[in-house]
Amino acid sequence: MPETITDLRLKDDSTETDTAGVQQLSMQQALNRALDEILAKNPKAVIFGEDCGRLGGVFRITDGLQAKHGEDRVFDTPLAESGILGMSVGLAMAGFHPIPEVQFDGFAYPAINQIVCQIARMNYRSRGTLPMPITLRVPSFGGIRAPEHHGESLEALFAHVPGLKVVSPSTPHDAYHLLKYAAARPDPVIFMEPKSRYWQKGPVDVTNATPGTAAHDDGGLTGARVAREGRHLTLVAWGAMVSRCLQVAELAAEDGIDVEVLDLRWLKPIDAEALARSVGKTRRAVVVHEAPLTSGLGAEVAQLITQSCFATLKAPVERVTGFDVPYPSGDLEDEYIPNIDRILFGIQRVLEYRRG
Amino acid sequence: MTTNPVLAAVDDDAAPLTHHQLRELYTLMAAVRHLDTSAVAWQRQGIIPGYAPELGQEAAQVGSGYAVDRTRDFVFPTYREMGVARAMGLDMVGYMSTHKATWHGGMYNPLESRFAPIQAVVAGSVLHAVGWAHGQTLSGNAAGDMGVAMTYFGDGASSQGDVHEAMNFAAVMKAPVVFFIQNNGWAISVPTERQVAGGSVAARAAGYSIPSLQVDGNDVVAVFEATRSAFAHCRAGNGPVVIEAMTYRRGPHSTADDPGRYRTLEEERLDAGEDPLERFKQRLLTDGVADEAFFADAQRLAVEEEEAVRAGIADLGPRPGAEMFSLVFQEPTPALQSQATAWREESEHA
Ligand SMILES: Cc1ncc(C[n+]2csc(CCOP(=O)(O)OP(=O)(O)O)c2C)c(N)n1
Repeated sequence: MPETITDLRLKDDSTETDTAGVQQLSMQQALNRALDEILAKNPKAVIFGEDCGRLGGVFRITDGLQAKHGEDRVFDTPLAESGILGMSVGLAMAGFHPIPEVQFDGFAYPAINQIVCQIARMNYRSRGTLPMPITLRVPSFGGIRAPEHHGESLEALFAHVPGLKVVSPSTPHDAYHLLKYAAARPDPVIFMEPKSRYWQKGPVDVTNATPGTAAHDDGGLTGARVAREGRHLTLVAWGAMVSRCLQVAELAAEDGIDVEVLDLRWLKPIDAEALARSVGKTRRAVVVHEAPLTSGLGAEVAQLITQSCFATLKAPVERVTGFDVPYPSGDLEDEYIPNIDRILFGIQRVLEYRRG
Repeated sequence: MTTNPVLAAVDDDAAPLTHHQLRELYTLMAAVRHLDTSAVAWQRQGIIPGYAPELGQEAAQVGSGYAVDRTRDFVFPTYREMGVARAMGLDMVGYMSTHKATWHGGMYNPLESRFAPIQAVVAGSVLHAVGWAHGQTLSGNAAGDMGVAMTYFGDGASSQGDVHEAMNFAAVMKAPVVFFIQNNGWAISVPTERQVAGGSVAARAAGYSIPSLQVDGNDVVAVFEATRSAFAHCRAGNGPVVIEAMTYRRGPHSTADDPGRYRTLEEERLDAGEDPLERFKQRLLTDGVADEAFFADAQRLAVEEEEAVRAGIADLGPRPGAEMFSLVFQEPTPALQSQATAWREESEHA
């Protein structure tokens, strides 16, 4: 039984075999392929950041892209996050579609002014004349035993900022399509890549056109995704926590508890209808996230559920989250990131709730 | 004044300003002076809630703005570049709408005017200029035909990390950008000597091997020529230039400021030096470029213009509240749309 994300990393969770157009790709490969296609299709798309050129990024997400598309399309910048994001604003004003990368989530902080006060506001400030079609790729969340500042869960911070949209894929298929979708948007999107999932393989339907990039719909990529159907309770998660919740659901099934797993995908805008649909059916919900509890996105999700399902809810919405502590170092990560036992306890609290 | 590495492509061949251009520069300065002092009065009269005056900086602003080619260049201002905006021919009612608190960033069209939205975060848009300028390089514009970005900021703003990141990025990428520092001696209450280490902002450019020059910011012709040279240097594909225009903020930092707390009237009189407008007038008279009738005419035009802008500002009703919601995104979120609906229903009820 894998107890940590590091263990999960070793496991290939692909189940399907290849069919036409479906390839087994790791999330790293899927993202790389998406970027390759974006560059090929959109001559205004440019990728830049620290080490993303010759090295192909420290996670190799931009591997080979500079060699293939040239140094004008994929380039290394000086090591300065505010510079990278501030430069994105000017490039967008000049008609480009910047896809900047910050190397690790914790290093988005030095660029906060450019992200929050500049990128997020420019469309508003300019009365819609200077849209910011910027996709900021952020390797996100913990689970790889990285040093301090190399694992953070920043979604609530970004989602709280007017003018930004936030998305986090949990599977290679979604990573591929969501990135292509995000890069085709006229608004800034923070693309949070669950770095602990980079090496996980899964089926990616590469023939299926991404909605928003072609006249084709591949089934609601713009909203949440039911990762597992269930009747008794809904686990709401995103990013790296989705696969963990799927593990929990398997375990719970052994005890006869039928858990639905809702992969939120979009953290702004949140798919409130999908929440209402799922919890309307199961009547119980637990939100799982890596970020600290207080003022986290779990509270937002819980409120959305309360608003749509108050009358039928059988228990208050529970949260299983990180703690209000700085993201701990590798050895303590397993204590911090919601593990299977803590999620099971959360499920138990909801199932055993009795009205006082 | 000091020049540090020499500009590679100084526009020595450029023709001296014609008498017509010199008179045009004066007309612009007179218009800016009158609109600026009037805007302070408007604030006192309650027509606008606040304003950041530029009394004494007309030469620095008009001289540099006059060098911009609006068909291909782009300017990234702060909150104090009314004179640049005017010299570039902006819709001044749209510009003043920010000071009227009608909208953030101005209600002019930045793409048409080539003047980015007004920026309140000091040094906030210096990096935008570098990104825009690098975009000109990426677009494959031939050397000699390159669009140039000019970013304005103060000696106070030069303390921000973003300025250092911007200069380094621009130098590494050879981006066609002019860093135009208006050193008006003060960052609110803090004088330049408590703000800038390394001798001057221009001196710092050497650390990035960016050619730089300090120019007498109260001499409109000197400012224009320095800016024109810098543009020629950038346009030719030689990378960025730093210009530090030495000038003086004669009035308060903003209409909310009280300079009496940090400098005396006597100090102001001594430090400000000669009035740039009066100085230019004397030069034009001495050189026989203009006569008293011309100056009287310029003043009359300035007054007419100010009256038109004031009327335009007064007519600027509040914006429809729905814009608050509709201009956040190109593709609004469902949550925002439902907030807009709720707002509409509740405000109609109230
Ligand atoms: C990042 C930031 N910090 C503080 C302020 C508040 N503030 C506004 S103007 C100013 C002084 C700026 O001085 P300087 O850059 O020399 O320009 P000047 O106002 O003299 O034109 C300060 C501290 C601000 N607008 N932005």
